[in-house]
Amino acid sequence: MNPIETDNLTKHFGTTKAVEKVSLTVRPGEVYGFLGPNGAGKTTTLRMLLGLIRPTSGRLRVLGQEPGPGFLDRVGALIEGPAFYPYLSGRRNLRVLAGHAGVALSRVDEVLDVVDLTERADSRYSTYSLGMKQRLGLAAALLKNPRLLILDEPTNGLDPAGMADMRVTIRKLAADGCTVLLSSHLLAEVEQICDRVGVISRGSLVAETTVAELRAGGTLRVVGAPLDRARSVLTSMIGVHKVIVDGDHLDLEVTPADAARINAELVGSGVEVSELRWREPDFEQTFLQLTGGHHA
Amino acid sequence: MHNIRAELAKQVHRPASWLLLAIAVVQTITFAYIIPYAGSGGPVSRGLDAMLPSGFVSSSIAGLPLFIGALALIFGVLVAGSEYGWETWKTVLAQRPSRLSVYGAKLVTVAVGTFVMVLALMAFSAATSAVIAGIEGRPMAWPGVLDILQGFGAGWLVSTMWGALGVLLAILLRGVALPIGLGLVWMLAIQNLLSAIAAPMLDFIAQLQKGLPGPNAGSLVAAITGPNQAPGVDALVSGGPAALVVTAYLIAFAGIGGWLLRRRDII
Repeated sequence: MNPIETDNLTKHFGTTKAVEKVSLTVRPGEVYGFLGPNGAGKTTTLRMLLGLIRPTSGRLRVLGQEPGPGFLDRVGALIEGPAFYPYLSGRRNLRVLAGHAGVALSRVDEVLDVVDLTERADSRYSTYSLGMKQRLGLAAALLKNPRLLILDEPTNGLDPAGMADMRVTIRKLAADGCTVLLSSHLLAEVEQICDRVGVISRGSLVAETTVAELRAGGTLRVVGAPLDRARSVLTSMIGVHKVIVDGDHLDLEVTPADAARINAELVGSGVEVSELRWREPDFEQTFLQLTGGHHA
Repeated sequence: MHNIRAELAKQVHRPASWLLLAIAVVQTITFAYIIPYAGSGGPVSRGLDAMLPSGFVSSSIAGLPLFIGALALIFGVLVAGSEYGWETWKTVLAQRPSRLSVYGAKLVTVAVGTFVMVLALMAFSAATSAVIAGIEGRPMAWPGVLDILQGFGAGWLVSTMWGALGVLLAILLRGVALPIGLGLVWMLAIQNLLSAIAAPMLDFIAQLQKGLPGPNAGSLVAAITGPNQAPGVDALVSGGPAALVVTAYLIAFAGIGGWLLRRRDII
């Protein structure tokens, strides 16, 4: 059973097509990155998964259940920023939510400890920094000891150290067997902590793949003289379509394993090779291609 | 039950809840006792008898159809509408409770809040009337238990109805400010304009009044207190039918609010 499965999930607000036929699958134990530009439909999709928004059409299953009584029993969520009662302390907020969740109050201290907020737990929520609010949001999401975590932009507002801490916490939760669906507009974040990625653009899922596959398709950069001779040799060696001239160098669409053979061929043909370097693909460029040039 | 405990905890720890209660008590004691006592003997005096222990039930609930009822409405708006203002609906509902169970807990919280408010009004009114009786050297003649319970029940019903209207407006308008504004305009302006200006001029408005929540709340309280100078307390209909209409409004407000909350998206 996959923790999340959607089938042609669609949501229209009047004439606006917020989400259009999204079919995504989140597999057990993975950290799934839900990536898309602002307004692409990420949060609307996540809200549908939590039963906050009713789909216009399509189906969804969360931990094997369709929306209804008990379907969020083992799901924790942080949607579109943390939201708590400003006049209550962090601890009291969590106690109230533990009451709604029907979990033991002892769990409150445990989750405060997980997010490292015990020291400030008795301060009013309204006095918290954005980073502390975000951590309290994660604590609330962990109250039910969830098997599935749905996190919407969990590192928003955190300083670099806080972002790193949050990523470590998420990876640790995943290592402990929790499946995580994480939306983000930070490509580097998704690249660092996610196993698979779903890319959404203008309400439609345009790609669902592994981070490794998204990274695939690097090029071998060749700098040599004379460049024309190098180009001629390589064109006849690997084909004209796989040789891209870019200023004073050539980018070859080959695999890293081809590098030694290419170097030998060029040197043998009298080309002085000054640089031969494998270049990882530009994740951002791939994202922009998939989303039709819309920035995250 | 845990949803009710959670909702009660939110309101018990909320300063605004206690502020509303304090305003209700101060307002009632000021206008039912302090000002009338200071003006007793003047040309428009209520008479000292209304301020003695025998009349404390009337004094404590006379404000509920209008001014104290407005505070109950604000309380209802705060209980439900703040979840929109602070965007905490998503936080609460993501913890698994169904919308209707949380909604039911909010209605129970409003009922508990109005229970405490009417209890406090009666307690402070009784205490103040005892002080006045002591100062004036009058006997401590308290009303019978049945009269006290009847007055309490009527006051609780009326204030809970206004609280439920506050909850409905908060859900309908998804917030706090507009529901409070519109609710107060209805209670304090439109109702008064209808009864003071429109009803005497147009017979169908006079008849319509008999079906509206405010006039029925006033009639129910009037049936308990007898003739009363308090604004909004007027025996347009008799006590029994008025109680039925107020109960019907309470059920209708609660039902419509639950239906709306259940079917609308939480955005």
